[in-house]
Amino acid sequence: MSMELDVFVGNTTIMDMEVYQLWLDGLTVSDAVKVRMDEGALLECEANAEVLTSDTMDQFRTFQMCERLLHSPTKLGSQLLYQIPAQNQRILIERYYEFDSVFAREVLGKKLSKGTKKDLDDISCKTGITLKSCRRQFDNFKRVFKVVEELKGPLVENIQRHFLLSDTLARDYAAIVFFANSRFETGKRKLQYLSFQDFAFCAGQLISYWTVGAVDSMMEDMDVDLEKEFLHELKDLKVLVNDKDMMDQHKILVCAALRGKIKVYKLMEVNFKNLSRALINLASKLTHTKDVRDLFIDLVEKFIEPCRYDRWTVAEITLFLTHYTNAAHCLGTFRYQMIWDRYMGVIKSCILQMYHE
Amino acid sequence: MPGKLKAKIVAGRHLPVMDRASDLTDAFVEVKFGNTTFKTDVFPKSLNPQWNSEWFKFEVDDEDLQDEPLQITVLDHDTYSANDAIGKVYIDIDPLLSCEAATVISGWFPIYDTIHGIRGEINVLVKVDLFNDLNRFRQSSCGVKFFCTTSIPRCYRVALVHGFVEELVVNEDPEYQWIDRIRTPRASNEARQRLISLMSGELQRKIGLKVLEMGGNAVVGYLQCFDLEGESGLVVRAIGTACTLDKLSPGTDSKEPVFSEDPPHPLSGPPTPLRTLPSSSPPPFSPSKPCSRQSSSSDTDLSLTPRIGKTSPPSSPSPPLSAPFLIPSQKLTEFPIFTLTCFPPGFLVHVGGVVSTRSVKLLDRIHNPDEPETRDAWWEEIRQEIKSHAKALGCHAVVGYSESTSICEEVCILSASGTAAMLNPRFMREGCLDTGGSDHSCGFVHIPYDEFNMPFPAQLTYCYHCRRQKVPDVLFTTIDLPAEAEVTGKGCLIQARLCRTKKKAQGEVNATSISNLLPFMEYELHTQLMNKLKLRSMNALFGLRIQISVGENMLLGLASATGVYLSALPAPGGIQIAGKTPSDLSYDQHISTMQKRIDDTIAKNKELYNIHPPECIEEVVGSPIPDRQRSSRLFRSTSESSDELSELDLSHGKKDAFVLEIDDTDAVEDIQSLLTDAPIPAGFYSCNTEVMPGIYNWTSGLQMFTSVRVYRLSNANLTNQGLNKIFTDLCENLLKSLYFKLRSMIPCCLCHLNFTVAVPEEELIQVRGHTYLKIELCVFVCFPGSGENEEQLQFSMELFSSSERCSPLPEGRSRSLRSTRSLPCGAPVTVVKMTPLSFLPGTRIVKYLGIINMFFIRETTSLREEGGVSGFLHSFIAEVFAMVRAHVAALGGNALVSYSMKECVFMENPNKNQAQCLINVSGDAVIFIRESDQEAIPPLLSSRQTSSTGADGTT
Repeated sequence: MSMELDVFVGNTTIMDMEVYQLWLDGLTVSDAVKVRMDEGALLECEANAEVLTSDTMDQFRTFQMCERLLHSPTKLGSQLLYQIPAQNQRILIERYYEFDSVFAREVLGKKLSKGTKKDLDDISCKTGITLKSCRRQFDNFKRVFKVVEELKGPLVENIQRHFLLSDTLARDYAAIVFFANSRFETGKRKLQYLSFQDFAFCAGQLISYWTVGAVDSMMEDMDVDLEKEFLHELKDLKVLVNDKDMMDQHKILVCAALRGKIKVYKLMEVNFKNLSRALINLASKLTHTKDVRDLFIDLVEKFIEPCRYDRWTVAEITLFLTHYTNAAHCLGTFRYQMIWDRYMGVIKSCILQMYHE
Repeated sequence: MPGKLKAKIVAGRHLPVMDRASDLTDAFVEVKFGNTTFKTDVFPKSLNPQWNSEWFKFEVDDEDLQDEPLQITVLDHDTYSANDAIGKVYIDIDPLLSCEAATVISGWFPIYDTIHGIRGEINVLVKVDLFNDLNRFRQSSCGVKFFCTTSIPRCYRVALVHGFVEELVVNEDPEYQWIDRIRTPRASNEARQRLISLMSGELQRKIGLKVLEMGGNAVVGYLQCFDLEGESGLVVRAIGTACTLDKLSPGTDSKEPVFSEDPPHPLSGPPTPLRTLPSSSPPPFSPSKPCSRQSSSSDTDLSLTPRIGKTSPPSSPSPPLSAPFLIPSQKLTEFPIFTLTCFPPGFLVHVGGVVSTRSVKLLDRIHNPDEPETRDAWWEEIRQEIKSHAKALGCHAVVGYSESTSICEEVCILSASGTAAMLNPRFMREGCLDTGGSDHSCGFVHIPYDEFNMPFPAQLTYCYHCRRQKVPDVLFTTIDLPAEAEVTGKGCLIQARLCRTKKKAQGEVNATSISNLLPFMEYELHTQLMNKLKLRSMNALFGLRIQISVGENMLLGLASATGVYLSALPAPGGIQIAGKTPSDLSYDQHISTMQKRIDDTIAKNKELYNIHPPECIEEVVGSPIPDRQRSSRLFRSTSESSDELSELDLSHGKKDAFVLEIDDTDAVEDIQSLLTDAPIPAGFYSCNTEVMPGIYNWTSGLQMFTSVRVYRLSNANLTNQGLNKIFTDLCENLLKSLYFKLRSMIPCCLCHLNFTVAVPEEELIQVRGHTYLKIELCVFVCFPGSGENEEQLQFSMELFSSSERCSPLPEGRSRSLRSTRSLPCGAPVTVVKMTPLSFLPGTRIVKYLGIINMFFIRETTSLREEGGVSGFLHSFIAEVFAMVRAHVAALGGNALVSYSMKECVFMENPNKNQAQCLINVSGDAVIFIRESDQEAIPPLLSSRQTSSTGADGTT
């Protein structure tokens, strides 16, 4: 004697958001029932296991049927099939597109292709996130990427317009799209300590200051790519290390400003040229795609690791970078103030974000 | 040429990809009405085509306008091969034919394909220019308004009630025609959909004609049903109540909408049947004619035997209706049946009790569709019988009348039930008036029959309200609780469930065995109801609906009703358990434990339902038979005190209600089922009537749900008891699931809970139900049950969060409700509410836009891929809802009231990976607006409220 058919349909589709989360997490019905039991669902309304199973199956089916619509969230609002209150629509979409940062960290910077999709098994094992959930998250990344890749205009706004996501979530997606597009290296062992949020922050900085959209906010902007012209101009900064006088002058100014203010002053004084060279060389190389990809690994290897070796504190690095940036303005012969600020602003905030004591 | 139909195809959206190569579609549209077809241009390579067609004009007879739907087909143009159909939209243009309903149909309709479901949407504009030729008008029945609502529609007043109208049309079912072997499933489904659409259009037109003949302008309580008789054909039948309705002018809308405000007549005016009737017309029939409120079953057996044959004469000659009935019209025979369940105060003078009839028929092929005489005769017989039952109860009318069928292969059970009543004759005559006294009155519970010549044994006492007239101790009815009734405490849903096995048989043998079983089933259902009623300390049932479904090897009975404690009736006695072998000590102990449990439950129920009648008064005034004594007296007389009237043996008086003999295995089972009825979790209320008795502070939040369950029984060797247990568990589990799902909405009330059971094929039981929601507090405990079996259930429910006096939006329950009128394309989708009630709490219906009556077929050949049977049906029901909403929205409405899913037939063949489902839904499309604080309570509710609100006077 078995239940052959069991459906429950409302004129207004009702959904239990806790069950939704279980579904999103890729649980099977029986696992979800177990979780709900452990959470004490049976205590409510004198339910029994059968009731719970039936409810879970039903909800899972509802979500599955809505999933198609969630792939193009704008349709959810105009479709006639399910009458879902606007607020629930928002929650449905937002939750569907939410992702585990651990997972995003794994995929970050990888090409969103079939090849990567095959690796999802490994990622699933590594992160403990179910394969189903991994697939959903990966497909979400890919879907968003495909839609906004070729669009003009501000990246975050494009994502918000097409996927109706909250500002925060749209920013995270912007980071993912940006990384996937520029294929930044994030997988090296040395970068493992960085979290998704670290990278997302850096991506935000790059998008805000280094892309074409950053300088002039015309409608024709492309937010996905770094501004070629700017990267080219960065070569001019080389003068700061190539011109010996200028370099010395720069060092003197910085040392004067920091003397007595930081504990690592001695080490800074010794290492100044190396550090400065690292940052400037990084800037001058960015015309090559390969080096753009290595931006983060370079930052870590050439700047962050030496500092960490010398046990700089974040406060010290902040002071150093501030004065290092400002001092350049006082160099009489240095003409590239604009470029310098644009470059150092981003580099500084990225380093600070990436520097874990 | 009395009408010009105009249609314009505006645009499409979300179309499916028809061309794999380009991932696009070259769509065009065919618009067909009758035999005329127009086409739009092809809009190439787009999933969101903008056709912006010209106006396609059809010049047609108004007869066709009523019968035919406008058929819109969306196709994909293919240069080299045949054009592929994407899907269709059928638009019923009937609402446009009445000047008071909608004027234009405009909006997005889901494009529906019977194989693929909804595939995109199309924006259509439809108008009708009717040439206002009154003579022409009369030839068809354009302009007659139809309402599914079984009460006088809000915003109308009834000028005159003309009476019962019925019609029936038959045809061959296309599914069973020879051509079906060679055509595609799609073509076959579409032929069927179209035929049923045509038939229901024709039916409605014919009924409209009858109404016009009677001089009415509307049909209220319109109930249309399909009988899929398989090989023998397809029957579409409808019943309703013809009325003359006057539209209330907007200014008076907020007034008591049901009837006019003319000065109340002095009571001496027309002869009031209140006094004259019972004495002047002693029932001409001996009490042998059944139909007691006690046992509606006993009637069945009397009339069954002669009916089984196909040419049986009507069991009772149709006598002219009782003289005192005051209709001046010659339409007497059609008169006394009303499909309404809810009446203006004062309309019901007395209520006698439930009358019902069942008859078992053998289906035969319908040879000539133009002569539906056989079916007509069957129903005519049944109605005559119902009338005679009512007469036996001293009543001249039947209210809350409904008809249903259950078909299994060639056997068909026809059932009809209603409530015998005496009506105030003023409503039948021209210019009916307000009867005044809308306060609590007890008149309707007074017995209409002669006290000394009762049609069945009953305990009469003086009315607890007026102390003047006699009342019975319990009252069963099929109507809603009348507004003037005074209720103590709250009501609750009461269900009796029963399964009976029967041998597989064919033809006459089968029919005979079924008809032999029926009376026993009715009797048992009745006993169960009575016991459960007592257990809850209640004394009346409203909205009683007994459904008996027939399967190959079993019969299923399901009775649902809302129990209440009517203050005017005596308090029910307790339940006593008696054992026949008192020698055994442990046995005695067992009995006393049982007795204690029952007493405890009764006490608990009294608390739960807040039933605290003022007991002292009864002693003072000295009712003839004090309750406690009565129950004990009956206890003693239990063994063999047969009634004087042997014909009534079946109904056993009501002693069974009081005494359960535990020797009897059935009784043990009964007690078990009494006590294991799962209590409702705290915060939930349930009833199957329109409103929950005893709860008045409704908010406007509401929700409607349908649930279908199908269980498969593993083996056929089940005993009656085993089956009963399974069946009960199924129903209980279904309710339990429901409570669980809605737990976040507490406090809420499930109103209009409507179960439907069916036994689709051997070993399968289907249960279907409709539900509803409301408010307040309650505490209880629950027993876990294990369900097995197959069941199908759907309900609609509404949710009301609690609030003192509903302010426009009480709790942040953003169950989005916008009173948007029709929104043109592109704008956000209009929220359309659906409810099986005839009103929406906390709102006011300002306009009725027309009846929605739709029939859909869905079939799949890839069942597994669509998520199995559950996935398939889930999406189909969602699609049906979506299409209903779209039609309501296109008419400019924002709600569908009196919604019901009349048919939900599901068939599957898992081996072939196939399934098919048919759904028929109906309701009234309306525009509602939210009431301001003051008016938040629907008049019907407020008038029932005691002095506390006084809303009655203020509105």
